[in-house]
Order: sequence, then structure tokens, then C-alpha cells
Amino acid sequence: MPEKCHKDDSGGEMTGKLKSGRQVVEGSYAVAHAVAMCRPDVISAYPITPQTHIVEDLSQFVADGAIDSKYINVESEFSALSALVGASAAGARTYSATTSQGLALMHEVVFNMAGMRLPAVMTIVNRSMSAPINIWNDHQDSIAERDSGWIQLYVEDVQELVDTTVQAYLIAEDQEVSLPVMVCMDGFILSHVFEPVDLLDQKAVDEFLPPFKPVSILNPEDPKSFGMFVDPEYYMDFRYLVEQAMDQSRSKIGDAARSFESAFGRYYGDLIDTYQTDGAEIILVAMGSLVGTLRDVVDDLRSKGVPVGLLKIRAFRPFPADEIAEAIAGAKVVCVLDKNISLGTGEGAVFTEIKASLYNNGIRVPVIGFVIGLGGRDIPVGTVQQIVSNAEDVIKHGIEADSIFVDLRRH
Amino acid sequence: MESRPTAYLSTSGGTKMITESLLAPGHRGCAGCGASLAAKFILEGAGRDCIVCGPTGCLEVFTTPYPESAWRVPYIHSLFENPAAVASGIETALAAQGNTHTKVLVIAGDGSTFDIGIRSISGAFERGHNLTYVCYDNEAYMNTGIQRSASTPYDASTTTSPSGTVSYGNPFAKKDMPAILVAHGSPYVATASIAYPKDVIRKIKTATETEGPTYVQIHVSCCTGWYFDSSLGIEVVRLAVETALYPIFEFVNGELGKVHKIRQKPVEEYLRIQKRFAHLFKDESGSDEIAKIQAIADENVRKYGLVRN
Ligand SMILES: Cc1ncc(C[n+]2csc(CCOP(=O)(O)OP(=O)(O)O)c2C)c(N)n1
Ligand code: SF4
Ligand SMILES: [Mg+2]
Repeated sequence: MPEKCHKDDSGGEMTGKLKSGRQVVEGSYAVAHAVAMCRPDVISAYPITPQTHIVEDLSQFVADGAIDSKYINVESEFSALSALVGASAAGARTYSATTSQGLALMHEVVFNMAGMRLPAVMTIVNRSMSAPINIWNDHQDSIAERDSGWIQLYVEDVQELVDTTVQAYLIAEDQEVSLPVMVCMDGFILSHVFEPVDLLDQKAVDEFLPPFKPVSILNPEDPKSFGMFVDPEYYMDFRYLVEQAMDQSRSKIGDAARSFESAFGRYYGDLIDTYQTDGAEIILVAMGSLVGTLRDVVDDLRSKGVPVGLLKIRAFRPFPADEIAEAIAGAKVVCVLDKNISLGTGEGAVFTEIKASLYNNGIRVPVIGFVIGLGGRDIPVGTVQQIVSNAEDVIKHGIEADSIFVDLRRH
Repeated sequence: MESRPTAYLSTSGGTKMITESLLAPGHRGCAGCGASLAAKFILEGAGRDCIVCGPTGCLEVFTTPYPESAWRVPYIHSLFENPAAVASGIETALAAQGNTHTKVLVIAGDGSTFDIGIRSISGAFERGHNLTYVCYDNEAYMNTGIQRSASTPYDASTTTSPSGTVSYGNPFAKKDMPAILVAHGSPYVATASIAYPKDVIRKIKTATETEGPTYVQIHVSCCTGWYFDSSLGIEVVRLAVETALYPIFEFVNGELGKVHKIRQKPVEEYLRIQKRFAHLFKDESGSDEIAKIQAIADENVRKYGLVRN
């Protein structure tokens, strides 16, 4: 399937001149612009739908001299992330973007980079996993990397994507964290949409984001060995340290969100965000652009007197177990909408993890899972309303099926 | 950092001391490990102002057992198949920092180089990064227990190409990696052998001082994987050169340059002292195979003009 030639919003030739201020731009342009404002030293990426426009825009910025970053035109995603391992270890601020098959090809490096505690920011333009091959959105690709040691932030719309990209560098490069961050955006839904966006101002970003100060680097004047062979005597402790860094990042993610708010006036929540959860009997949980649809449904149903609220997960890693428990403790039923499936469990990963985190908190709110929107299947408002009426049945009659595949053609 | 002598070069021209080896003694390589010698010579050629990137393999494992490291230069290991890409990133980061003096080296085994890492190597060479890729070639996957690689010579017995009642060992010829990198347009591609340390050091120096991606492939003996007495570690690789099974040459800007001339010895002298070829000497039937190996050597002589006239 040939990919369409990328034109900018004016319909003319693609141009790398950086726009500024409030503009109607494509989501991909917006993220490329945000990355540019972060002044990465080294960018390395490999094209794959629906990530391509981001790397095309960045390439054009480089070609036009609009940014100083070095762009490595690698021969694979595997080398893209490997190059960032080297660049980050040498003290560079680094960036990549990928999706789906590309992320899967990186898999070995994904674990390696986090284990080596090398900060980086990578945009994941979420797309399904083959087979069958499909280029549309779900969250299977990044969910499959959940145990890798990367922080994972999911965004709801293009403005949040822009703002979270900048916050991601602050979090990743914090010396108490020193971990790579995936900023996950929904493929096509956010990458190819044109929306009015406040593009960030270089001076403001420079004030918000200090230059990268690595903990240690490859330096002939102070030689150190990176990526050493570690036997059973020490290995587990290194893994524990990564977990500890993840734990440290919990407060840093919130701090970054709040300091961004005081600098730029926009805030999207801490590890989670809640909407209309006060007094809500039914709470819907989701990540990514689906949250936008859910907001509309919640508004509509609330106006009709249905006590429904919304919990948005911003950080899937570190997993906000306590925050979720607190937010849903007063509800009568929780509906988790998963754009992924952990095959063999019959359910999505977010659902499984939420259930697991409630057990020892002593919270016995019924939780039901919905596997939804795989491979780009549309999630219309009516489908969400159906989920809510499903939840109302659970309140009345108890759980009948705890994991439901939504809008299947055949059962 | 010590500055007492830690290694000695015994070459035909006499003895020269390496006064300050950048690879510390006390690593965990096998006694007589050729790869460890190669690493010393490589660092001698590259000097202190370098960053080394190594893949998974014997050298990495025996030089970096946490919390000890034998490297007195910055060293990074990431994965088995990505050192050329990691080095590309390092070189690019240095360029972004305006650092034009620090040399970037890969020191990788033949398995990483000839097989699983070739995609990253091809990318790095095609992009023209300013780095030197050195392959220490012990002709098999030694770290995982002597399995065959694309560098394993014809008929060598390895644990995944064992000789047996219906097999003479590895059925494939050694991949011509230098030719592949010459074809990538590399300005400097050379082979070397730890039997000739001065030559190794000179070639590394040349490679690291040449702009662009350069390649040096060094034949190193592995007593454990080739099954020979470890006291013969230098002897055996010298015989590989003298029998023309390991031609020593350099390609400068794609043209064959200096070639190490030999008085050609029969391949049997090389094969006989290693148990990886012992099956060729069990009975008469091996002689046809030895003749095929002799033909490989003779072709090298012809191709590179190895024999002094
Ligand atoms: C992706 C991957 N596959 C396989 C391995 C296992 N492995 C580690 S080292 C090695 C062989 C190394 O061979 P070579 O590069 O020739 O170095 P040597 O050990 O011979 O010095 C293998 C197969 C690995 N670490 N990673
Ligand atoms: S197995 Fe071979 S390459 Fe590995 S340490 Fe021993 S001698 Fe060196
Ligand atoms: Mg080897």
C-alpha cells in the first residue's frame, strides 16, 4: 500500500521552516516541532507508518538548518535505538520515534537502554502488531514493552502530546530517574489529525528544560566501563535499582506536569487525571485519544443524570496503582477500556493490572474489562454508551462476564 | 593507573616494550587467549584518546566482570549485534559536541561481525561515520561454546558443524568480509595477525587516522576453540599466514596496497596442529579434503600475490 506524499497544511510543498504560535498543524508536525524546541543533539529513526511524518518533518528541519540536531539515517529501527544508546552514553540528548513492527524490532535495545539507565525520549505512534498486518491504531506495541524499564506516558490530544514531549525530557534526564521515556500517541488519530495547537516558544522551552547533565559519560579523560557483565551476585540489585528509579519518577512526573503548568498554563494531570469522578457510581478507565471520546459521553450522560466519571491513565509505567485505587474506591463499578490484549489471559493489560492492584488495597469494587478498538476499529459514542449500560447491569445483577470483546463481528 | 611494562612485543625487529598497556592484566581470558593480545595491540595503536564499543562475546565477558574492568579507556557494551550502530551514535554525539580528536573504535568478534551484526555494520559504513571497526577473528562463536560462524574456515569442526561419520565439519567457505567492506567504499580495509604485532599496531594507527569508516580484521588464536596447546598461540596463527590460509593485506581507497609476502608452506602444517581439523588426518579419505583446503590457499596466493618472486 503506497503511503501518501506528505504535504503541509497549506497544501503546498513540505517545508521545514519552523512555525510558531497558535497554528492549525498536523499532529506529527506538532510533535516534531516540540522535539525541535527540546534541542536534541542526536536524532535517529527509521520510517514506518504512521510515524513517518514526524521523521520527515524533523529531517526537513535539519535540511533547512532550522535545528542543530544531527540526524542519523539508519538502516533499521534496531540500529536507530542502538545509535541512541551510544549517543546518550556519550552525553547527547537523544530522540527517536517509531511504532509497531519498528518497536518490536527494537525490543532487545529497549530493555538494554533502560537497564543502562540512559535517558532518551521516543515517540510511539501507537499501532497494532502483525499478524495480520494492519497499520491502524491500538496500544499493543507499547504495552508489549511494559516490562522494559521505560517510562510510558499516554496522551489524549495533540496539545498534550506537544507539552508532554517537553516534560518527558525533564523527567528522563532527572539524575534521580535517568531512564528513557516513551510518549505514546495514537497512530493516525493523533499523528495525522490537523488541530489548532499552541506551538512552543524556543525561549520558554529553554527556560523550562535545562541542558542535559548526564550522571556519567564515555570520556577518555575519566574512563569508565558501561554495560558490564554482571553475575548472580549483583544482577538482581541492578534490576532493583531500575525499579527504584521508576519509583522516583512517580513524583517527578507530577512535578514536571505542575512546573509546566506554571510556565505554560496547561496541565493534564499527574500520573492519572480524573473527570467527574466525584459521586460517580460508574468509572470509565482508558488511555490515549479514547479519553476524548469518553469525556463527551460522560458530559452527555451526566446531563441525563447518569452518575458516570472518567479516569485517564497518563503514566502506565510507573503504574499508578495507589492513585487509581483512591480514585475508584467510592465507585460501584469500574469499566476498563483496553486497546490491547494479553493473549492467553482473555483480557487487556490495563484491566489485569488494575484488578491486581486493588486486591491488597482491600477495595472490592467490581471491575470489568473491555477489549476495544484493536487494529483501528472505530469506537463510536454508541459503543461507549453500551459499555455504560453494561456497567449499570453489573450494579443491578453483579458481574456476568468480566472481560468483554467489544463490537466483534463474530463470537 | 600503572605505568610499568605490562606487555612485550617480540618481533623480528627485536623487542619493544609497551610501557603502558591500556588493557589491564588480570582479566579472565583463557591462558594464551589471542583476543586479549589483540586488544592490547589495538589500544596501543589507537592511543588513550579513544572510546571502545564491544559486542557480547569472549572479549567483553572476560574484560568486564562487574565490578572489575580491564579497560583503561572508556568502554561500552550494549548488545551482540549492534556495536557498529552504537559506535555510530557515539561518533555522532562527539561531532555534535565539536570533539574532533577522540577516536571511536569497535572491537568485535567474528560472530558479531560476519553474521548477526552485519546489518548495523553495513549501515554505519554506508553512512560514512568516522570510526574504526576492528574484528578479532577467532573463527567461531567462542563465548557460547565454539559454534560455527560465517568466518569458520572450510572443514573446521565446531560444536554446530561437527565432523562425523558423514561430515568433514563446516561445509562452507569463510565469508570474505574485507571484500564486503571494500565494496562499501571504505577508504581503509586491512587484515592482520597477532603473529605480527607491529603490523597490527601500524594498521590500527593508520585505520584510526584515516577519515571515514575503516576496517581491520585480525586473526587471533583460540586454544580453547581450535584445540591446540596454548604455548603455540602465536605459532599457529603465523602458520595460517605462511600457508596462505590467512592472507595479510590492505586495501587503500579500494586498491590492493601492501601485501604480506610469504614463502608458502603446505596447509597440512597448519591443519595438523589443531584438533578442529584432526578428522582430516584420521584416514586416507581426508586427503581429498586437504587438497580442497590447499586449493583455497593457492587461490589466496593468486588473488593477493602473496608469494615472493
Ligand atoms: C541476539 C543474541 N543472540 C545470541 C547471543 C548469544 N551469544 C553471545 S556471544 C555469542 C558468540 C560470540 O561470537 P563472536 O562474536 O565470534 O565472539 P567470540 O566469543 O568468539 O569472541 C553468542 C552466539 C546473544 N548474546 N545475543
Ligand atoms: S575461548 Fe578462546 S577467545 Fe575465548 S577467552 Fe578462551 S582463548 Fe580467548
Ligand atoms: Mg569468534
